[in-house]
Amino acid sequence: MIRVENLVKKYGNIVALNNLNCRFEEEKITVILGGSGSGKSTLLRQMTGLERPDRGSVYFDGMDLISANKKNLYQKRKKMGMLFQGSALFNYLNIFENIAFPLREHTKIAENVIKTIVTMKLEMVGLRGTENLMPAQLSGGMTKRVGLARAIVMDPKIIFYDEPTSGLDPISTGVIDKLIKDLNTKLNITSVVVSHDIESCFRIADKIIILFYGDIIAEGTVDEIKNSEDLRVKQFINGEPEGPIPFTRTDKDYLDELLME
Amino acid sequence: MSQPPQFTITTATNITTLCLSGRLDTKGVAAVWQRVTIAVGRAKSPTLIINLGEVDYMDMAGAAFISHLKNLDHNGTAKERSQVNGLKSAYTPLLVLAEKTDIKPAITNHLSPHSFVEQTGKNVADFLYDAKTFISFIGELIFAMVSSLKAPKNIRWGETFLMAERAGVDALPIVGLISFIVGLVMAFQAAIPMKMFGAELYVANLIGIATVRELGPLMTAIVLAGRSASAFAAEIGTMKINEEIDALTVMGMDPVKFLILPRVIALTMVTPLLTIFANLVGILGGAVVILSLGYPLVAYYNQVVNFVTWQDFTGGIIKCFVFGVLIAATGCIRGYQTQMGSSAVGQSTTRAVVSSIVLIAVFDGIFSIMYYYMGV
Ligand SMILES: Nc1ncnc2c1ncn2[C@@H]1O[C@H](COP(=O)(O)OP(=O)(O)O)[C@@H](O)[C@H]1O
Ligand SMILES: [Mg+2]
Repeated sequence: MIRVENLVKKYGNIVALNNLNCRFEEEKITVILGGSGSGKSTLLRQMTGLERPDRGSVYFDGMDLISANKKNLYQKRKKMGMLFQGSALFNYLNIFENIAFPLREHTKIAENVIKTIVTMKLEMVGLRGTENLMPAQLSGGMTKRVGLARAIVMDPKIIFYDEPTSGLDPISTGVIDKLIKDLNTKLNITSVVVSHDIESCFRIADKIIILFYGDIIAEGTVDEIKNSEDLRVKQFINGEPEGPIPFTRTDKDYLDELLME
Repeated sequence: MSQPPQFTITTATNITTLCLSGRLDTKGVAAVWQRVTIAVGRAKSPTLIINLGEVDYMDMAGAAFISHLKNLDHNGTAKERSQVNGLKSAYTPLLVLAEKTDIKPAITNHLSPHSFVEQTGKNVADFLYDAKTFISFIGELIFAMVSSLKAPKNIRWGETFLMAERAGVDALPIVGLISFIVGLVMAFQAAIPMKMFGAELYVANLIGIATVRELGPLMTAIVLAGRSASAFAAEIGTMKINEEIDALTVMGMDPVKFLILPRVIALTMVTPLLTIFANLVGILGGAVVILSLGYPLVAYYNQVVNFVTWQDFTGGIIKCFVFGVLIAATGCIRGYQTQMGSSAVGQSTTRAVVSSIVLIAVFDGIFSIMYYYMGV
C-alpha cells in the first residue's frame, strides 16, 4: 500500500530521517516504534505529504506523493485518515461539527444523513451523546477517540496514528488499542501506528519497525522482534537504561537535545 | 531560624585554609558566596585548602559553591593546588557531580555574542529571507485569489462574511472614535493659527483633503492592523501549534483556501468601506469645531465639497484595497510562521502588528510618490 524509498529529511543539521526504506502492507497494522526524537512523527509527515523530504519517494498505491501535483495529492488524501498526537480537533467547533466537517466539505450529503453518519462514528468510538460538547470539555482519552471518529468519517483506506496512546491511562490505552484493532479487522483499514508504547504495540502490531535516530534498526513481526538478538532492540523493548543505546550521551548530543526541546 | 554558615580564613606561607561550618544550602550559600569569594581572592595564595569538617548539611548549591571556590583563578594554578578536606562521605557524590557539570560554556554556544558586523550581517540576511518568504507568500495568495475569482463558487463565502463582520462591523466604533477625535483635534489646532488670518473657514479644506487622502485610510489601516492582523495571527498560530492546520491538510483541504483566502477577501472588502466611514466621521469631527466658531454647517459642507475632488477620494480608497490585502496577508503569514511552544503565538501576534504597520507606512509612502507623479 505504501512504499517508502530512500527517504531523507533534514532539519538544519539534524538528520531526522536517514535514507529510509520500508513498506506498509495493505490491511495490516504496522507499528513504528522508537524513542522520542527518533523521527517517527517526521516519517508520518512525509508519508502524508505534509512536508517535502529532501530526497526519496513515498509511493501510495503506486503513485509517488512527493512528485505528485497538488490535485493528485489531495485526491489521495481523501483515502487517508490521521489521528494527531494532540488530536487536533477544531476548538471552535463542537464534537458533532468536528466530525461532520470533512463530510460537509467533501460531499453534498443531506443533513440528516450526515447526522446518521456522525452518530454511527461516535457510537463506534463509544462516545454517543457527546455531540454538543466542545473539545475543551473532554478528557484526553475522549479527545483522542473523537479525533479517531473524525479520522474515519470519510471511510479511509488507511489511517495514520501519531502516538495514539501516549499520555493516556491504562484503560483508555486499552480502549484505543481495541479500536485500532477493530477498525483493522472489521473494516479492513490499513493502519500505520507511531508509538513508543511497547505493550500496546505488541498487542496490535502485525509488523513492527523500530526507528532509532532516523535509521531503521529492526523490522519484523511481533515474535521476530521479541526474539531479536539485536542488543539495541532488546534494550528498547525491555526499557533498560544501560545498553548500546546510550543514556549518557556525549556532551554534544546532550547539548543538541537541550537546544532541540 | 537557621544561622548562615560561618567561615574562617587563615593564610600562611602560600597556603590559604578556608574552614566552613553550618548548613551549605541554597540560602546559606547565597548569604556567604560573595564574602567568601572576595576573601579567598584577596588571600592570593596559590594553594587553597577547603575544610568542610564542620559542615553538617550540603546540597547542590553548596557543591556548586565549593566547586566554584576550587576553580577560582589563583594565578592559573588553582586546579591542581586546591583541595577539599573533611567532607562527609554522603556528600561526595554531589561534589563530583558539581565538578562534572562545571564549566561547559557550550550552552551559550548559540547565544554567544556576535561581533557587531556579524550581527548586522545576520540581521540583514534574516530580513532578506523574511522578505523573500513574504513576497512568495503574497504571490501564492494572489494566485489563489485570481484562480478562486474564476470560480467564485469555491470561495468560502460563509466564513468570509463572518470574518468581514468581525473585522469590519465590529471595528466601526473604534474606527469612528479615532477618526472623530483626529478630525476634531486637527480642526481645533488648525483653527487657532488660521483665525489670525481670519481664514477659519479654510480649516474645512484642510480637514477635507487631509482626511480623505491620508488620515482616513491610515487611521483605518492602523486600527485594522491592531485589531485584525493580530487576531488573524493568533487564530492561525493557535491552529498551527495545535496541528489543526495539518489536520485540515490531511483531510484533503487546502489551508490557503480555507483559512487565508476568506480572511484576505474579507479584509480587502471591509477596509475601503471602513475608510469611507472614517472619512465621514473625521470630517464630522472637524465640523464640530467650525460650528462652535459660529459658522453654519452648510458653509463647512460647501467648503469641503468644493475643495475635495473625486480624485482625492478615489486615490484614498484605492490605497485601502492594498492596505487590506497587506494587513490580512501579514496576519496570516505571521500566524502561519508560528513555531512550536506556548510563547510562540504571542510572538507571532506581535510580529503581525509590527510588520503590518511597517508595511502600511511603506506603501503609504509609495502611493504618495505615485500619486504625485500621476498628478492626482
Ligand atoms: N519542524 C522541525 N524543525 C526542526 N527540527 C525538527 C522539526 N520537526 C522535528 N524536528 C527534529 O527531528 C527529529 C525527529 O523529530 P520527531 O519526528 O518529532 O520525533 P518523534 O516523533 O519520534 O519524537 C528531532 O530531533 C526533532 O527535534
Ligand atoms: Mg512525535
